[in-house]
Amino acid sequence: MNLSWLSRFRERPWLWQSGLILFAILLPLPLGDYYRTVAWRTVLYIMLGLSLNLIVGYAGLFQLGHAAFYALGAYTAAILNLQLGIPLFWTFPASILVAALFGFLITRPILHLRGDYLAIVTIAFGEVVRLALVNNIFGITGGANGLSGIARPRLLGLEFRQPIYHYYLVLFFLLITIFAMRRLENSRLGRAWLYVREDETAAEAMGINTTQVKLLAFVLGSGWAGLAGALYAARITVISPDLARFMESVVMFCIVVLGGTGSIPGVFIGALGMVTLPELFRPLKDWRDAWLGVTMVVMMIARPEGLWPSRRVQLELQESEAPHG
Amino acid sequence: MSLLHIEDLDTYYGYVHALKGITLDVETGEIVTLIGANGAGKSTTLRAISGLIPIRGGSISFDGQPLNGVPAHKIVERGVSHAPEGRHIFGTLTVTENLNMGAYILGKDQDAITRNRERVFKLFPRLEERRRQLGGTLSGGEQQMLTIGRALMASPRLLLLDEPSLGLAPLLVRLIFDTIREINAAGVTVLLVEQNARAALKIAHRAYVMETGRITLAGDAAALLADERVRKAYLGEQ
Repeated sequence: MNLSWLSRFRERPWLWQSGLILFAILLPLPLGDYYRTVAWRTVLYIMLGLSLNLIVGYAGLFQLGHAAFYALGAYTAAILNLQLGIPLFWTFPASILVAALFGFLITRPILHLRGDYLAIVTIAFGEVVRLALVNNIFGITGGANGLSGIARPRLLGLEFRQPIYHYYLVLFFLLITIFAMRRLENSRLGRAWLYVREDETAAEAMGINTTQVKLLAFVLGSGWAGLAGALYAARITVISPDLARFMESVVMFCIVVLGGTGSIPGVFIGALGMVTLPELFRPLKDWRDAWLGVTMVVMMIARPEGLWPSRRVQLELQESEAPHG
Repeated sequence: MSLLHIEDLDTYYGYVHALKGITLDVETGEIVTLIGANGAGKSTTLRAISGLIPIRGGSISFDGQPLNGVPAHKIVERGVSHAPEGRHIFGTLTVTENLNMGAYILGKDQDAITRNRERVFKLFPRLEERRRQLGGTLSGGEQQMLTIGRALMASPRLLLLDEPSLGLAPLLVRLIFDTIREINAAGVTVLLVEQNARAALKIAHRAYVMETGRITLAGDAAALLADERVRKAYLGEQ
Protein backbone atom coordinates (compact mmCIF):
# COMPACT_ATOMS: atom_id res chain seq x y z
CA MET A 1 0.00 0.00 0.00
CA ASN A 2 1.40 3.39 -0.94
CA LEU A 3 1.06 5.81 1.97
CA SER A 4 3.37 8.54 0.73
CA TRP A 5 0.47 11.00 0.48
CA LEU A 6 0.18 10.69 4.25
CA SER A 7 3.69 11.95 4.79
CA ARG A 8 2.96 15.03 2.69
CA PHE A 9 0.16 15.90 5.08
CA ARG A 10 2.44 15.40 8.04
CA GLU A 11 4.70 18.16 6.85
CA ARG A 12 1.93 20.76 7.06
CA PRO A 13 0.19 19.90 10.32
CA TRP A 14 -1.89 23.06 10.50
CA LEU A 15 -3.59 22.33 7.23
CA TRP A 16 -5.05 19.01 8.21
CA GLN A 17 -5.54 19.82 11.87
CA SER A 18 -7.85 22.78 11.34
CA GLY A 19 -9.49 20.96 8.43
CA LEU A 20 -10.14 17.97 10.65
CA ILE A 21 -11.66 20.04 13.46
CA LEU A 22 -13.95 21.80 10.99
CA PHE A 23 -14.92 18.45 9.51
CA ALA A 24 -15.64 17.04 12.97
CA ILE A 25 -17.87 20.00 13.81
CA LEU A 26 -19.83 19.86 10.56
CA LEU A 27 -19.96 16.07 10.31
CA PRO A 28 -23.17 15.31 12.27
CA LEU A 29 -25.24 18.08 10.68
CA PRO A 30 -26.34 16.20 7.54
CA LEU A 31 -26.54 12.86 9.35
CA GLY A 32 -29.47 11.11 10.97
CA ASP A 33 -29.53 10.09 14.63
CA TYR A 34 -28.16 6.63 13.92
CA TYR A 35 -25.06 7.90 12.19
CA ARG A 36 -24.68 10.67 14.76
CA THR A 37 -24.50 7.93 17.36
CA VAL A 38 -21.90 6.10 15.31
CA ALA A 39 -19.88 9.31 15.19
CA TRP A 40 -20.31 9.74 18.95
CA ARG A 41 -19.06 6.22 19.56
CA THR A 42 -16.07 6.79 17.32
CA VAL A 43 -15.05 9.97 19.12
CA LEU A 44 -15.53 8.29 22.50
CA TYR A 45 -13.25 5.44 21.47
CA ILE A 46 -10.67 7.85 20.12
CA MET A 47 -10.61 9.33 23.60
CA LEU A 48 -10.28 5.89 25.15
CA GLY A 49 -7.56 5.03 22.67
CA LEU A 50 -5.65 8.19 23.54
CA SER A 51 -5.92 7.44 27.24
CA LEU A 52 -4.53 3.96 26.69
CA ASN A 53 -1.91 5.33 24.31
CA LEU A 54 -0.49 7.23 27.24
CA ILE A 55 0.28 3.93 28.95
CA VAL A 56 1.05 1.66 26.00
CA GLY A 57 2.44 4.19 23.55
CA TYR A 58 4.27 6.77 25.61
CA ALA A 59 5.43 4.75 28.58
CA GLY A 60 5.65 1.44 26.70
CA LEU A 61 3.74 -0.55 29.34
CA PHE A 62 1.19 -3.24 28.67
CA GLN A 63 -2.35 -2.63 29.81
CA LEU A 64 -4.89 -5.23 28.72
CA GLY A 65 -7.49 -4.36 31.34
CA HIS A 66 -8.11 -0.76 30.41
CA ALA A 67 -11.87 -1.24 30.09
CA ALA A 68 -12.03 -1.72 33.86
CA PHE A 69 -11.24 1.97 34.39
CA TYR A 70 -13.72 2.99 31.71
CA ALA A 71 -16.34 1.00 33.62
CA LEU A 72 -15.27 2.46 36.97
CA GLY A 73 -15.76 5.96 35.58
CA ALA A 74 -19.20 5.09 34.27
CA TYR A 75 -20.25 3.41 37.53
CA THR A 76 -18.97 6.29 39.65
CA ALA A 77 -21.03 8.76 37.63
CA ALA A 78 -24.10 6.51 37.75
CA ILE A 79 -23.91 5.73 41.46
CA LEU A 80 -23.38 9.35 42.49
CA ASN A 81 -26.28 10.36 40.28
CA LEU A 82 -28.67 7.61 41.37
CA GLN A 83 -27.84 7.44 45.08
CA LEU A 84 -27.06 11.05 45.87
CA GLY A 85 -28.85 12.84 43.06
CA ILE A 86 -25.72 14.68 42.00
CA PRO A 87 -26.18 16.14 38.50
CA LEU A 88 -24.18 14.15 35.99
CA PHE A 89 -21.81 16.89 34.94
CA TRP A 90 -20.77 17.31 38.57
CA THR A 91 -19.88 13.63 38.80
CA PHE A 92 -17.20 13.89 36.11
CA PRO A 93 -14.36 14.95 38.43
CA ALA A 94 -15.27 12.12 40.79
CA SER A 95 -15.26 9.64 37.90
CA ILE A 96 -11.79 10.76 36.90
CA LEU A 97 -10.54 10.60 40.48
CA VAL A 98 -12.01 7.19 41.27
CA ALA A 99 -10.62 5.65 38.07
CA ALA A 100 -7.23 7.28 38.69
CA LEU A 101 -7.21 6.09 42.30
CA PHE A 102 -7.96 2.53 41.25
CA GLY A 103 -5.30 2.87 38.59
CA PHE A 104 -2.89 3.76 41.36
CA LEU A 105 -3.96 1.02 43.77
CA ILE A 106 -4.02 -1.72 41.16
CA THR A 107 -0.80 -0.93 39.36
CA ARG A 108 1.35 0.10 42.32
CA PRO A 109 2.13 -3.48 43.39
CA ILE A 110 2.75 -4.77 39.85
CA LEU A 111 4.91 -2.00 38.41
CA HIS A 112 8.09 -4.02 38.64
CA LEU A 113 6.68 -6.60 36.23
CA ARG A 114 7.84 -6.35 32.66
CA GLY A 115 6.36 -7.07 29.26
CA ASP A 116 4.11 -10.09 29.00
CA TYR A 117 3.95 -10.63 32.78
CA LEU A 118 2.47 -7.19 33.20
CA ALA A 119 0.00 -7.93 30.38
CA ILE A 120 -1.24 -11.07 32.14
CA VAL A 121 -1.73 -9.33 35.47
CA THR A 122 -3.61 -6.42 33.89
CA ILE A 123 -5.98 -8.89 32.21
CA ALA A 124 -6.61 -10.47 35.61
CA PHE A 125 -7.31 -7.13 37.29
CA GLY A 126 -9.71 -6.19 34.51
CA GLU A 127 -11.63 -9.38 35.19
CA VAL A 128 -11.59 -8.76 38.95
CA VAL A 129 -13.28 -5.40 38.41
CA ARG A 130 -15.85 -6.89 36.04
CA LEU A 131 -16.68 -9.73 38.45
CA ALA A 132 -16.95 -7.31 41.36
CA LEU A 133 -19.50 -5.33 39.36
CA VAL A 134 -21.41 -8.49 38.38
CA ASN A 135 -21.55 -9.58 42.02
CA ASN A 136 -23.14 -6.34 43.09
CA ILE A 137 -20.31 -5.31 45.35
CA PHE A 138 -21.43 -3.24 48.37
CA GLY A 139 -24.95 -3.58 46.93
CA ILE A 140 -24.51 -0.50 44.78
CA THR A 141 -23.55 -1.77 41.33
CA GLY A 142 -26.83 -3.48 40.46
CA GLY A 143 -25.24 -6.86 39.69
CA ALA A 144 -25.41 -8.34 36.22
CA ASN A 145 -28.24 -6.03 35.21
CA GLY A 146 -26.19 -2.95 35.93
CA LEU A 147 -27.73 0.43 36.67
CA SER A 148 -30.42 2.26 34.79
CA GLY A 149 -32.37 5.48 35.03
CA ILE A 150 -29.39 7.80 35.14
CA ALA A 151 -30.71 11.36 34.84
CA ARG A 152 -29.70 13.03 31.60
CA PRO A 153 -27.19 15.79 32.07
CA ARG A 154 -28.29 19.41 31.86
CA LEU A 155 -26.30 22.47 31.06
CA LEU A 156 -27.75 26.02 31.20
CA GLY A 157 -31.25 24.64 31.22
CA LEU A 158 -30.51 22.50 28.18
CA GLU A 159 -31.22 18.79 28.53
CA PHE A 160 -28.76 16.53 26.72
CA ARG A 161 -31.25 14.22 25.06
CA GLN A 162 -30.42 14.35 21.36
CA PRO A 163 -27.45 12.33 20.10
CA ILE A 164 -26.02 15.46 18.50
CA TYR A 165 -25.54 17.14 21.89
CA HIS A 166 -23.63 14.16 23.14
CA TYR A 167 -21.54 14.15 20.00
CA TYR A 168 -20.45 17.73 20.63
CA LEU A 169 -19.92 16.97 24.30
CA VAL A 170 -17.42 14.18 23.63
CA LEU A 171 -15.86 16.18 20.81
CA PHE A 172 -15.24 19.01 23.26
CA PHE A 173 -13.51 16.65 25.68
CA LEU A 174 -11.60 15.02 22.83
CA LEU A 175 -10.14 18.36 21.78
CA ILE A 176 -9.03 18.99 25.36
CA THR A 177 -7.56 15.49 25.45
CA ILE A 178 -5.57 15.99 22.24
CA PHE A 179 -4.27 19.32 23.46
CA ALA A 180 -3.22 17.80 26.78
CA MET A 181 -1.59 14.79 25.09
CA ARG A 182 0.50 16.98 22.84
CA ARG A 183 1.65 19.00 25.81
CA LEU A 184 2.50 15.81 27.68
CA GLU A 185 4.42 14.38 24.74
CA ASN A 186 6.83 17.30 24.81
CA SER A 187 7.02 17.75 28.57
CA ARG A 188 9.76 16.58 30.92
CA LEU A 189 7.47 13.74 31.95
CA GLY A 190 6.99 12.84 28.28
CA ARG A 191 10.74 12.62 27.83
CA ALA A 192 11.05 10.52 30.97
CA TRP A 193 8.46 8.10 29.51
CA LEU A 194 10.45 7.91 26.32
CA TYR A 195 13.63 7.08 28.24
CA VAL A 196 11.90 4.46 30.35
CA ARG A 197 10.33 2.90 27.26
CA GLU A 198 13.65 2.71 25.43
CA ASP A 199 15.96 1.61 28.23
CA GLU A 200 14.78 1.40 31.78
CA THR A 201 18.20 0.69 33.28
CA ALA A 202 19.77 3.69 31.60
CA ALA A 203 16.81 5.85 32.60
CA GLU A 204 17.24 4.80 36.21
CA ALA A 205 20.97 5.44 36.09
CA MET A 206 20.30 8.93 34.72
CA GLY A 207 18.29 9.92 37.76
CA ILE A 208 14.74 9.21 36.61
CA ASN A 209 12.40 7.90 39.25
CA THR A 210 11.17 5.10 37.00
CA THR A 211 8.58 3.82 39.45
CA GLN A 212 6.96 7.21 39.82
CA VAL A 213 7.05 7.92 36.10
CA LYS A 214 5.42 4.60 35.19
CA LEU A 215 2.86 5.00 37.92
CA LEU A 216 1.95 8.42 36.57
CA ALA A 217 1.31 6.94 33.13
CA PHE A 218 -1.11 4.42 34.63
CA VAL A 219 -2.81 6.94 36.88
CA LEU A 220 -3.30 9.57 34.16
CA GLY A 221 -4.38 6.99 31.57
CA SER A 222 -6.85 5.39 33.99
CA GLY A 223 -8.32 8.70 35.05
CA TRP A 224 -8.82 9.65 31.43
CA ALA A 225 -10.58 6.38 30.72
CA GLY A 226 -12.79 7.17 33.72
CA LEU A 227 -13.84 10.43 32.09
CA ALA A 228 -14.75 8.52 28.93
CA GLY A 229 -16.82 6.17 31.08
CA ALA A 230 -18.73 9.07 32.62
CA LEU A 231 -19.41 10.44 29.12
CA TYR A 232 -20.76 7.02 28.14
CA ALA A 233 -23.05 6.93 31.17
CA ALA A 234 -24.29 10.41 30.29
CA ARG A 235 -25.31 9.33 26.81
CA ILE A 236 -26.63 5.81 27.33
CA THR A 237 -28.09 6.23 30.87
CA VAL A 238 -27.98 2.44 31.28
CA ILE A 239 -24.73 0.76 32.22
CA SER A 240 -23.77 -2.83 32.86
CA PRO A 241 -20.66 -4.84 33.79
CA ASP A 242 -20.25 -5.50 30.06
CA LEU A 243 -18.34 -2.23 29.94
CA ALA A 244 -15.45 -3.99 31.66
CA ARG A 245 -15.46 -7.01 29.37
CA PHE A 246 -12.06 -8.28 28.28
CA MET A 247 -13.13 -7.79 24.66
CA GLU A 248 -13.55 -4.05 25.34
CA SER A 249 -9.98 -3.90 26.59
CA VAL A 250 -8.81 -5.77 23.52
CA VAL A 251 -10.61 -3.34 21.22
CA MET A 252 -8.94 -0.40 22.99
CA PHE A 253 -5.57 -2.10 22.78
CA CYS A 254 -6.06 -2.79 19.08
CA ILE A 255 -7.03 0.85 18.44
CA VAL A 256 -3.64 1.88 19.79
CA VAL A 257 -1.61 -0.82 18.06
CA LEU A 258 -3.46 -0.78 14.72
CA GLY A 259 -3.03 2.94 14.22
CA GLY A 260 0.49 3.06 15.57
CA THR A 261 1.56 3.05 19.20
CA GLY A 262 2.49 6.45 20.54
CA SER A 263 0.85 8.30 17.66
CA ILE A 264 -2.20 10.54 18.11
CA PRO A 265 -3.33 10.36 14.45
CA GLY A 266 -2.72 6.63 14.67
CA VAL A 267 -5.37 6.34 17.37
CA PHE A 268 -7.86 8.09 15.05
CA ILE A 269 -7.21 5.54 12.34
CA GLY A 270 -7.35 2.72 14.86
CA ALA A 271 -10.74 3.85 16.13
CA LEU A 272 -12.08 4.13 12.59
CA GLY A 273 -10.93 0.59 11.88
CA MET A 274 -12.03 -0.97 15.16
CA VAL A 275 -15.26 0.92 15.91
CA THR A 276 -16.63 2.82 12.91
CA LEU A 277 -16.14 0.24 10.18
CA PRO A 278 -17.72 -2.64 12.11
CA GLU A 279 -20.66 -0.38 12.95
CA LEU A 280 -21.15 0.72 9.34
CA PHE A 281 -21.01 -2.88 8.17
CA ARG A 282 -23.39 -3.92 10.83
CA PRO A 283 -24.72 -7.01 9.01
CA LEU A 284 -21.18 -8.36 9.17
CA LYS A 285 -20.68 -7.35 12.77
CA ASP A 286 -20.67 -10.92 13.99
CA TRP A 287 -17.47 -11.27 12.06
CA ARG A 288 -15.78 -8.47 13.92
CA ASP A 289 -13.73 -10.70 16.17
CA ALA A 290 -12.54 -12.65 13.14
CA TRP A 291 -11.75 -9.43 11.28
CA LEU A 292 -9.87 -8.23 14.33
CA GLY A 293 -7.71 -11.35 14.44
CA VAL A 294 -6.97 -11.35 10.73
CA THR A 295 -6.17 -7.64 10.71
CA MET A 296 -3.78 -7.98 13.62
CA VAL A 297 -1.92 -10.87 11.99
CA VAL A 298 -1.64 -9.05 8.68
CA MET A 299 -0.59 -5.83 10.41
CA MET A 300 2.12 -7.50 12.46
CA ILE A 301 3.58 -9.01 9.30
CA ALA A 302 3.16 -6.11 6.90
CA ARG A 303 3.27 -2.98 9.04
CA PRO A 304 4.19 -3.65 12.67
CA GLU A 305 4.62 0.05 13.42
CA GLY A 306 0.93 0.73 12.67
CA LEU A 307 -0.83 2.64 9.91
CA TRP A 308 0.19 6.12 11.04
CA PRO A 309 3.13 5.52 13.33
CA SER A 310 4.99 8.04 15.41
CA ARG A 311 8.39 8.78 13.89
CA ARG A 312 10.09 7.56 17.05
CA VAL A 313 8.39 4.18 17.26
CA GLN A 314 9.12 3.59 13.59
CA LEU A 315 12.80 4.16 14.28
CA GLU A 316 12.74 1.92 17.33
CA LEU A 317 11.34 -0.93 15.29
CA GLN A 318 13.84 -0.46 12.50
CA GLU A 319 16.60 -0.45 15.03
CA SER A 320 15.52 -3.62 16.74
CA GLU A 321 15.61 -5.36 13.34
CA ALA A 322 19.06 -4.11 12.46
CA PRO A 323 21.99 -6.01 13.92
CA HIS A 324 23.53 -4.34 16.93
CA GLY A 325 27.18 -3.49 16.82
CA MET B 1 37.22 11.46 55.08
CA SER B 2 36.84 9.49 51.91
CA LEU B 3 34.44 10.67 49.22
CA LEU B 4 33.18 7.12 48.84
CA HIS B 5 33.46 4.61 51.63
CA ILE B 6 32.26 1.04 51.27
CA GLU B 7 32.32 -1.20 54.31
CA ASP B 8 31.74 -4.93 54.30
CA LEU B 9 29.27 -4.78 51.40
CA ASP B 10 27.09 -7.82 50.64
CA THR B 11 24.76 -8.19 47.68
CA TYR B 12 22.86 -11.06 46.13
CA TYR B 13 21.39 -11.84 42.72
CA GLY B 14 18.56 -14.09 43.76
CA TYR B 15 20.36 -16.78 45.76
CA VAL B 16 23.76 -16.01 44.32
CA HIS B 17 26.00 -14.28 46.82
CA ALA B 18 27.62 -11.79 44.43
CA LEU B 19 29.63 -9.56 46.77
CA LYS B 20 30.98 -11.11 49.95
CA GLY B 21 32.08 -8.29 52.18
CA ILE B 22 33.74 -5.66 50.03
CA THR B 23 35.56 -2.82 51.75
CA LEU B 24 37.01 0.00 49.68
CA ASP B 25 37.61 3.73 49.72
CA VAL B 26 37.82 6.40 47.06
CA GLU B 27 39.35 9.73 48.03
CA THR B 28 38.35 13.01 46.45
CA GLY B 29 40.29 13.66 43.25
CA GLU B 30 41.47 10.10 42.73
CA ILE B 31 41.14 7.63 39.92
CA VAL B 32 40.60 4.26 41.55
CA THR B 33 40.31 1.14 39.45
CA LEU B 34 38.70 -2.19 40.20
CA ILE B 35 40.23 -4.95 38.15
CA GLY B 36 39.56 -8.65 38.01
CA ALA B 37 38.22 -11.45 35.86
CA ASN B 38 34.73 -11.89 34.49
CA GLY B 39 32.18 -12.46 37.21
CA ALA B 40 34.40 -11.20 40.01
CA GLY B 41 31.74 -8.67 41.04
CA LYS B 42 33.24 -5.48 39.65
CA SER B 43 30.11 -4.31 37.82
CA THR B 44 27.97 -5.45 40.72
CA THR B 45 29.91 -3.15 43.02
CA LEU B 46 29.16 -0.19 40.73
CA ARG B 47 25.50 -1.18 40.47
CA ALA B 48 25.25 -1.33 44.24
CA ILE B 49 26.82 2.13 44.59
CA SER B 50 24.39 3.70 42.13
CA GLY B 51 21.40 1.96 43.70
CA LEU B 52 20.52 -0.29 40.77
CA ILE B 53 20.65 -3.37 42.99
CA PRO B 54 19.81 -3.54 46.70
CA ILE B 55 22.43 -3.71 49.42
CA ARG B 56 21.95 -6.74 51.65
CA GLY B 57 24.68 -6.14 54.19
CA GLY B 58 27.32 -3.59 55.06
CA SER B 59 27.22 0.05 54.12
CA ILE B 60 28.05 2.53 51.40
CA SER B 61 28.50 6.19 52.17
CA PHE B 62 29.11 9.07 49.83
CA ASP B 63 30.47 12.34 51.14
CA GLY B 64 29.71 11.18 54.66
CA GLN B 65 26.05 10.40 53.89
CA PRO B 66 24.83 6.79 53.84
CA LEU B 67 23.54 5.50 50.48
CA ASN B 68 21.90 2.37 51.91
CA GLY B 69 18.28 2.24 50.82
CA VAL B 70 18.51 5.47 48.83
CA PRO B 71 16.75 5.01 45.43
CA ALA B 72 18.85 5.25 42.26
CA HIS B 73 17.41 8.58 41.11
CA LYS B 74 18.29 10.23 44.43
CA ILE B 75 21.84 8.95 44.25
CA VAL B 76 22.31 10.68 40.89
CA GLU B 77 21.11 13.90 42.50
CA ARG B 78 23.75 13.56 45.19
CA GLY B 79 26.49 13.59 42.57
CA VAL B 80 27.19 10.00 41.53
CA SER B 81 26.89 9.26 37.79
CA HIS B 82 27.08 5.79 36.36
CA ALA B 83 28.16 5.04 32.79
CA PRO B 84 26.86 1.47 32.60
CA GLU B 85 28.46 -1.47 30.86
CA GLY B 86 27.09 -2.17 27.40
CA ARG B 87 26.66 1.55 26.87
CA HIS B 88 22.85 1.71 27.00
CA ILE B 89 22.76 4.41 24.34
CA PHE B 90 19.33 5.56 23.19
CA GLY B 91 19.59 4.44 19.60
CA THR B 92 16.68 6.46 18.24
CA LEU B 93 17.72 9.71 19.89
CA THR B 94 20.38 11.99 18.45
CA VAL B 95 23.69 12.55 20.18
CA THR B 96 22.46 15.87 21.58
CA GLU B 97 19.22 14.31 22.80
CA ASN B 98 21.17 11.52 24.47
CA LEU B 99 23.32 14.08 26.25
CA ASN B 100 20.30 16.11 27.32
CA MET B 101 18.88 12.96 28.81
CA GLY B 102 21.91 12.72 31.07
CA ALA B 103 21.00 16.17 32.33
CA TYR B 104 17.51 15.04 33.33
CA ILE B 105 18.06 15.91 36.98
CA LEU B 106 19.02 19.48 36.04
CA GLY B 107 15.40 20.00 34.95
CA LYS B 108 14.83 23.22 33.08
CA ASP B 109 18.17 24.79 33.93
CA GLN B 110 19.08 25.40 30.27
CA ASP B 111 22.24 27.35 31.14
CA ALA B 112 23.72 24.48 33.11
CA ILE B 113 22.69 21.98 30.42
CA THR B 114 24.34 24.03 27.68
CA ARG B 115 27.43 24.56 29.78
CA ASN B 116 27.80 20.84 30.50
CA ARG B 117 27.17 19.98 26.86
CA GLU B 118 29.89 22.37 25.73
CA ARG B 119 32.21 20.76 28.22
CA VAL B 120 31.44 17.28 26.88
CA PHE B 121 31.92 18.48 23.29
CA LYS B 122 35.28 19.88 24.26
CA LEU B 123 36.32 16.52 25.74
CA PHE B 124 34.96 14.60 22.76
CA PRO B 125 35.06 16.79 19.63
CA ARG B 126 33.88 13.75 17.70
CA LEU B 127 30.51 13.93 19.46
CA GLU B 128 30.07 17.55 18.44
CA GLU B 129 30.65 16.62 14.80
CA ARG B 130 27.97 13.97 15.09
CA ARG B 131 25.59 15.80 17.40
CA ARG B 132 22.62 15.46 15.03
CA GLN B 133 23.29 11.80 14.28
CA LEU B 134 21.21 9.06 15.88
CA GLY B 135 22.91 7.23 18.73
CA GLY B 136 22.34 3.86 17.07
CA THR B 137 24.34 4.85 13.99
CA LEU B 138 27.52 5.72 15.92
CA SER B 139 30.59 3.48 15.97
CA GLY B 140 31.42 1.55 19.13
CA GLY B 141 34.03 4.07 20.20
CA GLU B 142 31.71 7.00 19.62
CA GLN B 143 28.98 5.28 21.60
CA GLN B 144 31.40 4.83 24.47
CA MET B 145 32.25 8.52 24.30
CA LEU B 146 28.56 9.29 24.36
CA THR B 147 28.03 7.05 27.39
CA ILE B 148 30.76 8.84 29.32
CA GLY B 149 29.59 12.24 28.07
CA ARG B 150 26.02 11.51 29.09
CA ALA B 151 27.13 10.55 32.59
CA LEU B 152 29.06 13.84 32.84
CA MET B 153 25.94 15.85 31.95
CA ALA B 154 24.62 15.51 35.49
CA SER B 155 27.71 17.36 36.85
CA PRO B 156 28.83 14.41 38.99
CA ARG B 157 31.44 14.55 41.69
CA LEU B 158 32.00 10.80 41.38
CA LEU B 159 31.95 9.12 37.99
CA LEU B 160 31.45 5.35 37.84
CA LEU B 161 32.80 3.90 34.60
CA ASP B 162 32.04 0.30 33.70
CA GLU B 163 34.36 -1.29 31.14
CA PRO B 164 34.86 1.73 28.90
CA SER B 165 37.41 -0.17 26.79
CA LEU B 166 35.09 -3.08 26.01
CA GLY B 167 35.19 -4.01 22.34
CA LEU B 168 37.31 -1.04 21.28
CA ALA B 169 40.40 -0.96 19.09
CA PRO B 170 43.68 -0.23 20.95
CA LEU B 171 43.95 3.26 19.50
CA LEU B 172 40.48 4.15 20.74
CA VAL B 173 41.18 2.64 24.14
CA ARG B 174 44.08 5.01 24.48
CA LEU B 175 41.97 7.97 23.45
CA ILE B 176 39.25 7.07 25.95
CA PHE B 177 41.72 6.55 28.78
CA ASP B 178 43.48 9.84 28.03
CA THR B 179 40.11 11.53 28.25
CA ILE B 180 39.33 9.84 31.57
CA ARG B 181 42.54 11.31 32.90
CA GLU B 182 41.49 14.71 31.55
CA ILE B 183 38.08 14.42 33.22
CA ASN B 184 39.80 13.56 36.48
CA ALA B 185 42.17 16.51 36.14
CA ALA B 186 39.12 18.75 35.83
CA GLY B 187 38.07 17.68 39.32
CA VAL B 188 35.86 14.62 38.86
CA THR B 189 36.69 11.62 41.02
CA VAL B 190 36.61 8.37 39.02
CA LEU B 191 35.93 4.79 39.99
CA LEU B 192 36.89 2.71 36.98
CA VAL B 193 35.99 -0.93 36.44
CA GLU B 194 38.14 -2.62 33.83
CA GLN B 195 39.21 -5.93 32.41
CA ASN B 196 41.99 -4.21 30.52
CA ALA B 197 44.09 -4.14 33.68
CA ARG B 198 47.22 -2.73 32.13
CA ALA B 199 45.50 0.34 30.66
CA ALA B 200 43.53 0.92 33.85
CA LEU B 201 46.53 0.62 36.17
CA LYS B 202 48.46 3.08 34.05
CA ILE B 203 46.04 5.94 34.63
CA ALA B 204 44.81 5.05 38.13
CA HIS B 205 46.21 6.26 41.42
CA ARG B 206 45.14 3.22 43.38
CA ALA B 207 43.65 -0.13 42.52
CA TYR B 208 41.71 -3.03 44.00
CA VAL B 209 41.82 -6.54 42.60
CA MET B 210 38.62 -8.56 42.88
CA GLU B 211 38.10 -12.32 42.72
CA THR B 212 34.74 -14.07 43.08
CA GLY B 213 33.07 -11.40 45.15
CA ARG B 214 36.04 -10.51 47.36
CA ILE B 215 38.85 -8.00 47.24
CA THR B 216 42.11 -9.93 47.20
CA LEU B 217 44.68 -7.21 46.66
CA ALA B 218 44.78 -3.47 47.12
CA GLY B 219 47.41 -0.80 46.77
CA ASP B 220 48.97 1.90 44.65
CA ALA B 221 48.37 1.33 40.97
CA ALA B 222 52.07 1.58 40.17
CA ALA B 223 52.89 -1.03 42.82
CA LEU B 224 50.23 -3.41 41.54
CA LEU B 225 51.44 -2.94 38.00
CA ALA B 226 54.79 -4.26 39.21
CA ASP B 227 53.33 -6.97 41.45
CA GLU B 228 54.20 -10.44 40.29
CA ARG B 229 50.81 -11.99 41.06
CA VAL B 230 49.01 -9.25 39.14
CA ARG B 231 51.37 -9.52 36.21
CA LYS B 232 50.76 -13.25 36.00
CA ALA B 233 47.03 -13.28 36.52
CA TYR B 234 45.86 -10.14 34.75
CA LEU B 235 48.55 -8.83 32.49
CA GLY B 236 49.20 -12.15 30.75
CA GLU B 237 52.87 -12.35 31.61
CA GLN B 238 54.72 -15.52 32.47
